[in-house]
Amino acid sequence: MTGRGARTIRVDTLARVEGEGSLYIKLVGDRVADVKLKIYEPPRLFEAFLRGRHFSEAPDITARICGICPVAYQMSAVHAIERALGIRIDPAIRLLRRLFYCGEWIESHSLHVYMLHAPDFLGYPDAIAMAADHRAVVERALRLKKIGNRIVQLLGGREIHPISATVGGFYRTPTKQQLSELVSDLEWALEASLETVRWTAALEFPNFEQDYEFVALRHPDEYPFNEGRLVSNRGLDIDAAEYEDHFVELHVKHSNALHSVVRGRGSYLVGPLARFNLNFDKLPEVARTVALEVGLRPPVKNLFRSIVVRAVELVFACAEALRTIHEYAPPAEPRAEAPNRTGVGQAITEAPRGILYHRYALDEKGLIITAKIVPPTSQNLRQIEEDLREYAARLVAWPTEEATWKCEQAVRSYDPCISCATHSLKVVVEREETGAD
Amino acid sequence: MNSKAKHKPKIGVFKFASCDGCQLSLLDAEDELLGIVAALDIAYFPEATRTMLKGPYDIGFVEGSVTTHQDAQRIQEVRRQCKTLITIGACATAGGIQALRNWKDVDEFVRVVYATPQFVSTLKLSTPIAEHVPVDFELRGCPINKYHLIELITATLAGRKPNIPTYSVCIECKRKANVCIAVARGIACLGPVTQAGCGALCPSYDRGCYGCYGPMETSNTASLTKQFRVLGQGDDQIVRAFRGFNAWSWQFRKASEDCEHK
Repeated sequence: MTGRGARTIRVDTLARVEGEGSLYIKLVGDRVADVKLKIYEPPRLFEAFLRGRHFSEAPDITARICGICPVAYQMSAVHAIERALGIRIDPAIRLLRRLFYCGEWIESHSLHVYMLHAPDFLGYPDAIAMAADHRAVVERALRLKKIGNRIVQLLGGREIHPISATVGGFYRTPTKQQLSELVSDLEWALEASLETVRWTAALEFPNFEQDYEFVALRHPDEYPFNEGRLVSNRGLDIDAAEYEDHFVELHVKHSNALHSVVRGRGSYLVGPLARFNLNFDKLPEVARTVALEVGLRPPVKNLFRSIVVRAVELVFACAEALRTIHEYAPPAEPRAEAPNRTGVGQAITEAPRGILYHRYALDEKGLIITAKIVPPTSQNLRQIEEDLREYAARLVAWPTEEATWKCEQAVRSYDPCISCATHSLKVVVEREETGAD
Repeated sequence: MNSKAKHKPKIGVFKFASCDGCQLSLLDAEDELLGIVAALDIAYFPEATRTMLKGPYDIGFVEGSVTTHQDAQRIQEVRRQCKTLITIGACATAGGIQALRNWKDVDEFVRVVYATPQFVSTLKLSTPIAEHVPVDFELRGCPINKYHLIELITATLAGRKPNIPTYSVCIECKRKANVCIAVARGIACLGPVTQAGCGALCPSYDRGCYGCYGPMETSNTASLTKQFRVLGQGDDQIVRAFRGFNAWSWQFRKASEDCEHK
């Protein structure tokens, strides 16, 4: 490759991501002329058809935005609506919701670390091909994933689109005995997660550090799930109610997903890297110790290392699940009363992929007047495109096929969920050949 | 994920408008996954693999509903490429929750969500796959039951009829010895008209069934509507109950429209 020509890197159907999108990168000489992460997954228009539905239906309906992280949608929905209604929840419900989220993080992170992302590092098309050479590793992944799903199943009835979470609490809460039955599995999962950190840390990482604005929740006492202020490493420190004053969604032509930016600054990054960098001190000791053991200390600015950070969050989620089970005593009532009334409520919770914002305005019958939902992937989209612009520039001398795979790997580092972002991903790298190769 | 072995059936998994949850059900079969994929040649399954082989395929699984012009064309091509075509889930089988647009002005819906509506191309209706092409089997559920999927794959490979229930959720409640929440506690429950498959989850968690598996074989929605009124449900509540994840199935559609226009 002389570098004088122009070419494209294109991936028409981006694999091992949730939903449908394509990547298109145009290289002219040594310059990246254009990067488009095209989201062609069809729009599903949730915010429109939520209008006129009763608030009690919102957790069930919004769960259907994403089959991978339905718990996140349910948690942001119930917290936003509880704020609109002025409901306080029982501390035992708060604890159960943390456990519920632990289950989803374990399921989602083990799926992404092992089945969606690791094959890129080891040169396999998928985890099944990887299993032929690394059977024990894939079996560990499946068992971990299953334990995460078991938690969601127990609290929610089923792992995909659980049915028990509701405004005020749960339809039915588990007994102490039911939760205690998870303990031996979780003790195994904690050890397997520590192994996952060491295993991922031994992978090879491209040297690619960027100066990101990291955005995540921060809570005074704990690693964040459902509560806390929204903070960044560039001075942001706001309540969920102020979110729309500080962030704005842009509609770009090549995408059915909206791009979110920080007003006055631009792109930002949400998800495991942001959470880890902003909340390292709130991780339990077992997670901090293993992170430091493998040389991971904040700020981690290499996107590709997010696989290790996800593994550290697996350790956290297992330890936190064990803590919540230990502390749990069933609440007197499974849920607080939720009478109809007018109100507006916002909430941000930490989905596995980053912050998920919901806002609802309700009328006196409890019907939704307006709804707004900003999923983590639409917040990361602009940053993904900017990263690809930087990263592809370093790959201009590479054969197109290898450069394409590396760009896909970069995109997958974000664990993008396109189903969420359109409430969709596909990769295209174009090189216009004007000169001789 | 592909294997070169010639006797293994070649599988494709195709996504339309959906949440990805039904195809995730296959990856959620943690205990069975390695066994299942060993028996199949996974030729096209973008959520799980970079390997994307061209058709034709022995079995095609379709998730999602048709909501765009491009997808209306793509489903024709998918059908041509698949010997057996199986739809998985409420979106592919009944249009999904996004079929709620079918009673509204879709252009207004787009304006609610997107600042520049002219960038968005979408059809007025969200429609199930069977409205576009012949479908060999429709697997119900929002989401599907992963054990149904495994049974369906096994039956298809063996060339027999799959053992998937067509009776109502009530039968599942009776089998679990649940006390009927509608009778004993007056909770509005779609169980009597909804196809089994979830294991009567909602009643087992003290809430009414909300119809994830769509209408059962011979659903008497008119009778249930009457009973809902006895329980004090208003017409608007009954319309919303039938307009959930299987709203565009003809039975639930008729039930909600009857209630709206009575």
